[in-house]
Amino acid sequence: MRRRATAVSPAGARPAGAPALTAAPRDYTYDGTFEGLLTVLFTVYDWRAAPNSIQPAATAQAGLFAQPAHRETDEAQAARVWDGLLRTMDAEARARLYHVFLSEDAERELLIFRYVDLALRAGRDIAENYVEATVRRVQRLAQQMFREKHRMEAFVRFEKTRDGLFHATVEPDYDVLPLIAAHFTKRYADQRWLIYDRRRRYGLYYDLTRTDVVQFEEAGAPAHATGAVAATVLDEREPLFQVLWQAYFDHVNIPERRNLKLHRRHMPLRYWKYLSEKQPRAQPFQPIQNKRPPGAAGALAGPAAGPE
Amino acid sequence: MNERIQEKLSILADAAKYDASCSSSGGKRKNEGKGLGNAEGMGICHSYTEDGRCVSLLKILLTNHCIFDCAYCVSRRSNDVKRAAFTVDEVVDLTINFYRRNYIEGLFLSSGIFSSPDYTMERLVRIVKKLRTEHKFNGYIHVKTIPGASEELIQEAGLYADRLSVNIELPSELALTTLAPEKNYQEILTPMAQIRDGIIQNKEEKALFKKVPAFATAGQTTQLIVGASGETDLEIIKLSDSLYQGYGLKRVYYSGYVPVTDDARLPQVTQPPVIREHRLYQTDWLMRFYGFHADEILDPAHPHLDLEIDPKLAWALRNRHVFPVDVNTAEFEMILRIPGVGARSAKRIVAARRFAPLTMELLHSFGVVLKRAKYFLTCRGGQPAALGELTEQQVRRQILFGAGSVRSALVTQQLDLFAQAS
Repeated sequence: MRRRATAVSPAGARPAGAPALTAAPRDYTYDGTFEGLLTVLFTVYDWRAAPNSIQPAATAQAGLFAQPAHRETDEAQAARVWDGLLRTMDAEARARLYHVFLSEDAERELLIFRYVDLALRAGRDIAENYVEATVRRVQRLAQQMFREKHRMEAFVRFEKTRDGLFHATVEPDYDVLPLIAAHFTKRYADQRWLIYDRRRRYGLYYDLTRTDVVQFEEAGAPAHATGAVAATVLDEREPLFQVLWQAYFDHVNIPERRNLKLHRRHMPLRYWKYLSEKQPRAQPFQPIQNKRPPGAAGALAGPAAGPE
Repeated sequence: MNERIQEKLSILADAAKYDASCSSSGGKRKNEGKGLGNAEGMGICHSYTEDGRCVSLLKILLTNHCIFDCAYCVSRRSNDVKRAAFTVDEVVDLTINFYRRNYIEGLFLSSGIFSSPDYTMERLVRIVKKLRTEHKFNGYIHVKTIPGASEELIQEAGLYADRLSVNIELPSELALTTLAPEKNYQEILTPMAQIRDGIIQNKEEKALFKKVPAFATAGQTTQLIVGASGETDLEIIKLSDSLYQGYGLKRVYYSGYVPVTDDARLPQVTQPPVIREHRLYQTDWLMRFYGFHADEILDPAHPHLDLEIDPKLAWALRNRHVFPVDVNTAEFEMILRIPGVGARSAKRIVAARRFAPLTMELLHSFGVVLKRAKYFLTCRGGQPAALGELTEQQVRRQILFGAGSVRSALVTQQLDLFAQAS
């Protein structure tokens, strides 16, 4: 990280590395990839034309913009921007910008531009400059992404199929599959697995050697379109372990401490769909009876009776 | 067969659930050579039970048969409860298969004492050894050592487990010998010291040699039951403090006593003391992460934690002379002492003030919760709420019930219970 010894330049001055954006602002479109966005950033400083807007071409409404400019992804330019960011921020701050991109926030492109521009002009590390609304917004989105990534690492539930594949379906709030790939690859190194994001229609597949992004045609993956894998293709012991997991889940609960509000706060309702422990039970829960010694008064019968 | 394993799991999870520890963090075990599992990162709660507690590990007893008769324990010898015992292979199979499905971070293995302490401990060691060596399992393993087990077996357990723990059980020796006649502090503190020394020695060896077998790299913890005996909160946090200082524990867990038995030696309660337990955890945090000493929080004149307000606010109300704290100039350590300002907010405050003087609006915009803090800080623009003119009772009332204040679900729930009981 490069820090300048001198004070921050006053607004309007032009520190090296950040040319003033003097040309007429443009409405940029790109192909929707992160590399594409980096190419746009390259262009902004190359043309000295600030963005009025930056939007994926597929969703941008043509004709609405005064100064449209479509940029095709240029790998070399994208790489120059990506590497160059390290001159004004550390690797962690740079990774945060990628996470902001994955957040699918409607303002993400302009937000990333503003952050980069702020960093270039500040002449010092701005990661902790919470005085700036742009920095706060980036921190907040990055935090949301981290939380969702952590939740997916927790809430993925694999089902073993007959051919030994461990399969899971998820519907994360944000596009976090790229962020959880490393975690699952390290952890489940000796089993084939597939995590499918049903909302975004793609998955991660690990084949015992490497983890790849895989796309499914709607017709080609009927099992994934409906979520769960059909019972006939499951490993014969799979239903047993789901039942055992449910039994475990029911019995580690302490009914006397019941606190559904806390339960839901930690495990929001929208995730329950794919959690095997939140599915209906084949048999109703039977509490373990702690038989009281004979002659004991029944005054305490209440709390030991289990959930109502 | 399948029904029998389900029944066993139900009984042995039910009997293990009163152990509060669920942590799966702090391990340094990496997956090398394409084995199963990885425990190097932060802990993960894979699920939450309806009581709101984290489910991170497969927490089970090997058996709930027990030769001891501890009054507070559901598995005590004299209790007429269904008994069961797993085989070594059953525990291994369950752990591996739960782990492969991403249900758990690993295994928390404890046991009732059958036959003898060493006989029991030897089986626990056999399970963790099998997981590590035959199944190349790198998930997290926490083993509860059996009181009275030999030094050699504890040493061996530490080679395979990430964390070891010995439960101190109760906050005073008098309570322990009254409620658990077969136990005494000596038999608890001796293995605790052995594990401490093993961890220290392991660290020293690691600094000297390249390849040293790991020993309980996630450290050791303990647990004590709150509310089954008459100790004050002061006695409890003094004990915790001495365990942190003297035995290098990673965590002390506080388990609010859940009535599992009618025994004349136990208090007649109908609800576990959830709020008291919560306040003890807050105090524990203040001691470990906020630079508070045990005797700042409580003293013989105030031996109990305030159930209505958190211990940091209680401390601030008793020490009004050090407030208000100026967030633009105060040391980090003092900012940490402002009620309502957590570690993350304190860090943001000292980072952001390098860029501009902080105002109320700025503090609010980067997430500092001002409900309690506003009485205890000043910023650019003055003091948001003058503390000097208010009595302690007025501040308490405004914070607890003031306009727009939302009481925590926990406090509401337990205070409602008090209201019902009286």
